[in-house]
Amino acid sequence: MMEWLPLAMVMVSLIAGVAIFLLGEQRQLARTLLNLGAALVKLALVAFISMLVIVDQAPEFRLALLPGLDLVLRADALSLLFTTLSAVLWLITTVYAIAYLERSENRARFFGFFSICVASTMGIAMAGNLFTFFIFYELLTLATWPLVAHSGTRAAILGARSYLRYTLTGSAVFLVGLIWLYGLAGSRDFIVGGGLDEIGIDEHVELRIIFVFLVIGMGVKAALVPMHSWLPKAMVAPAPVSALLHAVAVVKAGAFGLVRLVEDVYGPELVAELGMGHLLAVAAAFTIIYGSVMALRQTDIKRRLAFSTVSQVSYITLGIAVGGVMATTGGMVHLVHQGLMKITLFFCAGIFAAVLGVKHIDQLEGLGRRMPWTALSFTVAGLGMIGLPPMAGFVSKYHLGAGAVAVGAWWVIPVLIASTLLNAAYFLPLIKRMWMDPEPDQWPHPVTLSRLETGGLVVPTVLTAAISVLVGLFAAHPLSPLSWVLGIVTEYFP
Amino acid sequence: MTMIAESLAGLVFIPLGMPLLVLLLPGRARGYLCFAAVLALPLCLLPLTQEVWSGNEITLALAEFHPPLGIVWYLDGLALIMLWLTAIVAVPVSLHALTSFPPNEESGRGFWPLWMMLLAGINALFLSADLFNLYVTLEMITLAGVAMIGIGGKALALKAAMRYLLLGLLASVLYLLAVGLIYGQTGALDIYLVGERLETGHLASTALVLMMTGLLVKSAIFPMHVWLPAAHGNAPGPVSAILSGLVVKVSLYMLIRIWFWIAGDWELPAAATALGLLGAGAILYGSVAALVQPRLKMVIAYSTVAQLGYVMILFPLASVGAFRAASYQLLAHGLAKAAMFLAAANILKSLGTDRLIALTDLDRKMPVDLFAFTLAAVSIMGLPPSGGFLAKWLLLEAAWKQDAWGWLVLVSVGSLLSAAYLFRVIALTCFHPGRRHGPTRWQPPPSSATNAALILALLAIAAGFTSAPVLDLIDASLPPGGIWP
Repeated sequence: MMEWLPLAMVMVSLIAGVAIFLLGEQRQLARTLLNLGAALVKLALVAFISMLVIVDQAPEFRLALLPGLDLVLRADALSLLFTTLSAVLWLITTVYAIAYLERSENRARFFGFFSICVASTMGIAMAGNLFTFFIFYELLTLATWPLVAHSGTRAAILGARSYLRYTLTGSAVFLVGLIWLYGLAGSRDFIVGGGLDEIGIDEHVELRIIFVFLVIGMGVKAALVPMHSWLPKAMVAPAPVSALLHAVAVVKAGAFGLVRLVEDVYGPELVAELGMGHLLAVAAAFTIIYGSVMALRQTDIKRRLAFSTVSQVSYITLGIAVGGVMATTGGMVHLVHQGLMKITLFFCAGIFAAVLGVKHIDQLEGLGRRMPWTALSFTVAGLGMIGLPPMAGFVSKYHLGAGAVAVGAWWVIPVLIASTLLNAAYFLPLIKRMWMDPEPDQWPHPVTLSRLETGGLVVPTVLTAAISVLVGLFAAHPLSPLSWVLGIVTEYFP
Repeated sequence: MTMIAESLAGLVFIPLGMPLLVLLLPGRARGYLCFAAVLALPLCLLPLTQEVWSGNEITLALAEFHPPLGIVWYLDGLALIMLWLTAIVAVPVSLHALTSFPPNEESGRGFWPLWMMLLAGINALFLSADLFNLYVTLEMITLAGVAMIGIGGKALALKAAMRYLLLGLLASVLYLLAVGLIYGQTGALDIYLVGERLETGHLASTALVLMMTGLLVKSAIFPMHVWLPAAHGNAPGPVSAILSGLVVKVSLYMLIRIWFWIAGDWELPAAATALGLLGAGAILYGSVAALVQPRLKMVIAYSTVAQLGYVMILFPLASVGAFRAASYQLLAHGLAKAAMFLAAANILKSLGTDRLIALTDLDRKMPVDLFAFTLAAVSIMGLPPSGGFLAKWLLLEAAWKQDAWGWLVLVSVGSLLSAAYLFRVIALTCFHPGRRHGPTRWQPPPSSATNAALILALLAIAAGFTSAPVLDLIDASLPPGGIWP
């Protein structure tokens, strides 16, 4: 009975997605109930599976697709970290999306693919081997493509086309790497610490090439430079999609895949032995700096946030690439922290654009007085991104820096300092404009209402902002993401 | 054993008897009788499957005459898979034809007897293991196919049918010539006997070249594909689905049979590579051509040219893995392509045109047909989870095992190209800035026609989960010699 639970996690959203398509465009109430109901059922499932994992009865679902090649879905501590994040943020984003898309066209299509997208993310989180991961990774591409193209404008279609080009090419490389790895080492499940050590030293060259192939496959979604340029173009998607794309779904799926690759396929020791840790760390460090510099040059709010994601997601990669208890913790916990902060920022950007038509950073002037709650959330998340103590971003950066020093990777410190300064340079002017500058005579969208902040949009935003503060403030609490990650990481580095 | 003989006979004689029987019946009943005959095919296959499953190959000497003089029917795992593909595709296609070729109208009077003859021919071909029998059944299939293309009487279709007929006849002559040469040397026609008796030499090589050339033309393998896009792209309604899903597979199956069962242990690496290169040409040329077609059915037709190319990679690889991959590709492509053509037939009939630019708001007009098309596209592109994905995986794995990096890269590039031309269509149908190009007046297709496309598309996806029985059957029917482990 228990073995069906991981499958149920995936199927809940998949069935919800199909049902939403069948309901059609007009039945709005049924669709809303279905969306929220599925999200709540999923949260309950996550809670139940967490308890099972805590008492060491992790459920596992297995189905042979080809002889010797299984589709495996299972729960472990790492997958629960990701599923909890997705399940919570999915619920919040659904509330936001319902309010955001009120009275717009093609909502059935939007929410249908939205649900399938979450189903794929669940599959990615629960995947028990690289083959299963690949299947859901591809499904995610298929499900997010219509979301990026949703508005149907020329820019949206071009953005979606570029997204497909990058991701499908990436997954072709991924597939070759996967076939090669399975040919060399046989099909195997994710194992803590990796299971490739017994492969002889003669094959180390091949293992390196395979590693590079797989990193390319996942790096496309994780927006590692130079495979990142689809991400800013995908900004044309509606705000809830951008929020989900950057916080939990696509970009995070790539980063999560890199975590699995380093920790559970190769194992940190082998990655270090092959010299691949350095390579990955340098790529991540370069991406961090490059993304920040590019973010500084953008004048469109969403584009600036997009390049900021390019940079911030690579903290995760940097942490696991540097290795060691502290740095790995810093990287993994950023999976959660970045998700919370970035989703808040995108929610805010969506509200600015939808209510006042504010898309450009110059137009932010005086916004703090007009929309205090949204501006406050933006400020909190922005300061968190910069890494101001005691915010969540600081917790991640502290562990990254201290961990790097602990393993002797001193060069990481200047990268972190430079990145922090750049983060400050591209977030602080925005915050200053919102609170210190005078209100303009007229907003881009003329508004007559006195109260601009409606519940459906602002409550989710304030909620995610609050959570992002709490996870930083109470990082030492036994139930915080940090403690959870520490528990996971101690398994890898006993 | 009697049950087996009756089932074998049923596969061929039930559809074969229909054209005669329906002449005696009034219009409407004809269609339903033929539909019942199609439904009987899977039933006939059940006892046969059980028998082959338990490890036995079935042979049946017709009228107790044994080779070299008599005719023998022979059934192994590979043939059984092809028979199942035929039966499974035939049911939804016939369901579709009940509305697209109403039995009491002019078009239906032409379609149903021809379709039954074609089915009888296909089933008989898969049961034959005799070079001359294969020739006769292949002719039956070609002639019925040509006639079916011309049913609507459209000028474009008639022209395409004529070209198909002429090239098909040329191919038959080449094949028949080779059969004569082989019979002259060995005094046998049975594939197994020929395989034992035929000695390598000039004569045998000439015969092989003639035979393979003829079959390559019939299978429309690049650069002999010239007849296919026009024929499949202009054939009426479900006929395209039948031609692309089943008919081209038949000659491809013969190609595999003759190459591996007769010439299996000859050392022909150069020829095998050449066949593989033809496949590479098919994949690249077919995909690029599909990318620039202005009409939906032409895109699908060129996609067939490309997809058949993957099967040709079997020849240079010649391993168990490649054998599995090629068989699975035949199966997955048959299902997905038939689904696509049925969906396209619905679209064409409803809108009155299948020009891509007229499809810009298809997601509002015909969501279910579009959904079926998209599911089939997922399989054709080789994205998981689908039959096409498993075929691609098996092929990549087979190439990897032999360090055949060239073929591996080819398959990867090919699947990217297929994504390019299929996403081009899908993007156009639901995301297009000017969404008002389509005709304003249109008629939704009958729901049974839509369901037929959807069933096939769902089967193409389901093929991604049920590999074990199929692969077992393939493993049990590997060629007698000349194949890598």
